[in-house]
Amino acid sequence: MTTPFRMAAAAAMACALSLPALAETAPENTDPIVINAGELELPTAVPPPAHLDGAVPEIYSGWLFRDAATQVMQTDDFQNPGMIFVDQGITEWNTVEGAAEKSCASCHEDISVAMKGLRATTPKVNKDGVLWSVEDYVNDCRVNRMEAEALDWNGDRMKNLTAAISMQSRGMPVDVAIDGPAQPFWEQGKEMYYTRYGQLELSCSNCHEDHYGDWIRADHLSQGQTNGFPVYRLKDAGLVSQHNRFRGCVRDTRAETFAIGSDEFRALELYVASRGNGLPVEGVSVRH
Amino acid sequence: MSRHAVFLAPAALMVMALAAPLAAETAPQDVVFDDFGSIAEPLSDTAGNAEQGAVVYVDRSTGNCVACHAIADRTDADFQGNIGPSLDGAGDRWTTEQLRGIVADAKRTFPESMMPSMYKTSGYIRPGDAFTGKAGTEPLPPLLTAQQIEDVVAYLATLKE
Repeated sequence: MTTPFRMAAAAAMACALSLPALAETAPENTDPIVINAGELELPTAVPPPAHLDGAVPEIYSGWLFRDAATQVMQTDDFQNPGMIFVDQGITEWNTVEGAAEKSCASCHEDISVAMKGLRATTPKVNKDGVLWSVEDYVNDCRVNRMEAEALDWNGDRMKNLTAAISMQSRGMPVDVAIDGPAQPFWEQGKEMYYTRYGQLELSCSNCHEDHYGDWIRADHLSQGQTNGFPVYRLKDAGLVSQHNRFRGCVRDTRAETFAIGSDEFRALELYVASRGNGLPVEGVSVRH
Repeated sequence: MSRHAVFLAPAALMVMALAAPLAAETAPQDVVFDDFGSIAEPLSDTAGNAEQGAVVYVDRSTGNCVACHAIADRTDADFQGNIGPSLDGAGDRWTTEQLRGIVADAKRTFPESMMPSMYKTSGYIRPGDAFTGKAGTEPLPPLLTAQQIEDVVAYLATLKE
């Protein structure tokens, strides 16, 4: 159990000389997400990875920052609206398409075996030295093995598939590599994370490192962890991909945003994932 | 057609003269900040109107100050933010010149501040065209007009403990 608002109190004292507020606020509790009446427990607070070098005292699931009604939807797979899309993704997995007359399952067989762990370790650098997200692995197989068309990164079919793939890692800690061939991509993503883009001059860190737990109007700022993606977002009544969320955040700084599926967002995806190394993959989380 | 134009032009001038009495404004690039970030001279010839400022303060499409700041007696505003400091008593803590500097470009007063600069039009990284996500061209329109800044400053100056 974390003491609520401990950081806020300390910061309030520090700010007594009327400096601007700079205060992250710890969640009121750090209960695990208990799924299907105890079938699975997902921790929501774990020690930060070493590379964060004390930037935050703990890393937290975005689940902790949502209201009780939203939280409870993720605790039961029949209540979690994202699970419908997981089922559709599994159907997609088994659907034969393309000139080679193959499905994903033709080569990979059982998704629960073949895809276990992929979501926890992506983005990662492929054998050709290119940083790939799950979406890239999917489309590589579709084009080169199935001889089918690539799926739209942000389209329903891709999101359904990535949801189904993500579920096979549910409970496994995020563990993306940041060294070796991944390092230059990771450095690029880190640079982006701390860059104040747009007319509002806001970086990811301004809100999600310095002010998680605080309120920006009616929204409770999280640490911006990505272990719950793809997310079922109540506001959109559908699945949201990581890159789509990034695009929206950068756009809302009154900036020229980056494209979904761009190299920049792959690099940012890697860096943000690495800030959550140790948090469990939540499969399909529910947020608002 | 031309006859209408002749009659309309003087009428339009008269309307403009009544509505906007030649308010001289300081352009964003011409604003003079002192070493501590204050702005001594008003940005507009028309004195700030605190009532108008109170409206800009909560209006989502202009000031939207309430997204990040809270004021105890603004019970008309739901879900006030707390990213920025509370503004209760701001009029006691700051002079009008300091408030003007903070509202126009808070980073001149607090270099690390995350507060957007309300009266700055260039020097951005990937400046956008408002909230479209598309590229914008500098100079961008400032987030607030000179008069809106004067109005907000006048409002903040009324906030006494």
